[in-house]
Amino acid sequence: MMLVSFLQRAIMQGIPLLYGSTGEIVTEKSGNLNLGIPGIMYVGGIGGVIGAFLYEQHTDSLNPVLAVLIPLFCSMLGSFLMGLIYSFLTVTLRANQNVTGLALTTFGVGIGNFFGGSLAKLAGSDIPSINLTKTSKYFRTSFSGAKDLGWFGQIFLSHSFLAYAAILIAIITSFVLSHTRVGLQLRAVGENPATADAAGIRVGRYKYFATCIGSVIAGLGGLYYVMDYANGVWSNDGFGDRGWLAIALVIFAVWRPNISIFGSILFGGLYIVHMYIQNLDVSGQELFKMLPYVVTILFLIVISMRRKKEAQPPAHLGLPYFREER
Amino acid sequence: MPADAKQARTAKEPLFHIAKRDHIAWWKAWLIRVSAIVLALVFSGIISYLLTKENPLSIYATMFDGAFGTERRIWNLSQSLAMLLCVSVAVTPAFKMRFWNIGAEGQVLVGGLATAACMILIGDKLPSWLLLLVMVIASIAAGALWAVIPAFFRANWQTNETLFTLMMNYIAIQLVSFFVYKWSVPKGSGQVGLINRSTKVGWLPKIGDQEYLLNILIVLAITLIMFIYLKYSKHGYEISVVGESENTARYIGIPVKKVIIRTMLISGAVCGIAGFLLVSGTDHTISRDTAGGRGFTAIMVSWLAKFNPIFMVLTSFLLVFLDKGASQVSTKFGLNKSFSDIITGIIIFFIIGCEFFIQYRVQFREKEGKTK
Repeated sequence: MMLVSFLQRAIMQGIPLLYGSTGEIVTEKSGNLNLGIPGIMYVGGIGGVIGAFLYEQHTDSLNPVLAVLIPLFCSMLGSFLMGLIYSFLTVTLRANQNVTGLALTTFGVGIGNFFGGSLAKLAGSDIPSINLTKTSKYFRTSFSGAKDLGWFGQIFLSHSFLAYAAILIAIITSFVLSHTRVGLQLRAVGENPATADAAGIRVGRYKYFATCIGSVIAGLGGLYYVMDYANGVWSNDGFGDRGWLAIALVIFAVWRPNISIFGSILFGGLYIVHMYIQNLDVSGQELFKMLPYVVTILFLIVISMRRKKEAQPPAHLGLPYFREER
Repeated sequence: MPADAKQARTAKEPLFHIAKRDHIAWWKAWLIRVSAIVLALVFSGIISYLLTKENPLSIYATMFDGAFGTERRIWNLSQSLAMLLCVSVAVTPAFKMRFWNIGAEGQVLVGGLATAACMILIGDKLPSWLLLLVMVIASIAAGALWAVIPAFFRANWQTNETLFTLMMNYIAIQLVSFFVYKWSVPKGSGQVGLINRSTKVGWLPKIGDQEYLLNILIVLAITLIMFIYLKYSKHGYEISVVGESENTARYIGIPVKKVIIRTMLISGAVCGIAGFLLVSGTDHTISRDTAGGRGFTAIMVSWLAKFNPIFMVLTSFLLVFLDKGASQVSTKFGLNKSFSDIITGIIIFFIIGCEFFIQYRVQFREKEGKTK
């Protein structure tokens, strides 16, 4: 029984990572190493919180469809704008990707914590903390027959729609990247933008689209975290280092969203495994929390030593491309 | 008339095109930078106004007050400036080599951890001067070790250093967490508290009655040495050649692997010293927040200063000023303290955006007929 609850919780931990890594994979395939993902995920989360908060303040009887759609829209809008800032600075203004990304993370985490801490005050309400359990209930609606199906139901069918959406998005992304013309052209932009440009592919446009779509996907991870995992209760810095873990997962998944699905469950499991080990004191737990990062580093070393072509980062990852400077 | 020529004549010339500048007068470059900062300040003033409905001028006044209001605040500002400057100077040689060391956070932390370990474990066994010496050496060794692991793999197998150093941060954070719980006072509280509170063994001595003066002087010395090292030494030259092109470096006989590892050793060592200064000279304790995000902020400081340690005094001042000023604004107007992160983010966006106008020229389409 413990294994069942462990797996169920591992999946719940893994879903935000899966969103984050799928988003980052789409972005990285275009050659943009977006280190702003942690910030974007915070903005995605707080965007949903702001939307839900305003809607709950506005009306007493929530319409289930609107209660889901409004936060969803606000979350996507927030992370889309973050992606737009990143693309505008790195593609149009040709700024350094790492610096822009880190600034975006500072900015995004700041926005998340700022509005998380001051939203109630700014909206002129006297609620001490933001508690969106009503909205969260709609987000957490799951398959009603799950309980009757024993362990299978608990592990696989007890999740909410955002969790299944994450898996679906990962599968679709994988398919688009490897089986369609758009995916092929996107990969060409990430591997060798000069050649892609010569072949008539609009490099800048691809980078913009990939980064913004990637941001929106990643932002949904933040939304899932607040609305499902945290029951609609925003706590500052509650999201923690999951954004960086999502970037680690990209490496582990060798830039393939479908591998990322299993990777995210594995990482989710590694993230909480310390709670399931008997007689482990607090300091020991802290050591166990290292595991996902250690695994990523070992993996990074192995893929760089083996030099297998399919397992490498996009060749032009993190490098700028300007037509005139070839 | 050939078809393509016809098409070329009818094709519309774009509204503007971008050309790289060969050269820009230094005053023009600074004019662009300063106007970007002013624009950013105006923009953040508007945002602050929308959030607080206060007079923007009084917001700026509050920021100033938060940074320079009292003598104590000025000392705190200088101390924070020195610490950020130290980490920024530390990451610079690696960046100049185009080695994206975003693991400074972890390198500072393990340096601090080594310092704290000496203070706790052998604090009462050594005379105080020897203890301080051991602490410095231990922190340098720890920081350098943390930096050289990714460098080794990068030099030999081209392992992606950005991602590697990033992951090393979190291993360092968990390692510190582990020891913090081991050493916590009282047991199980998860906090170390002031180490050697009564004996002050292993605390960096004060100069006169200024607690932070020694820290600041040490950092200034490091900054100056790094400036000279990068600008006038053979090593500094090798670093910039490797940064420009590894192939060129190899061609003219620079041992690239050796340069990468050596430079990262230096980078990590200085980060270790920053950790030492934070634990022994500032906080007298250790926690997972000891580095406090400086490892990441330092990257922006170093990049904004164009990798010049002397300019870094200015850029780290700007960031520390914003941080202190915006925290004062948030305290005074009852906003969340993360307000300063938002302001910092905005200012950095403006500054990195303005570099484009320094490096490139935007030429608008000339009027019809003029081109003929």
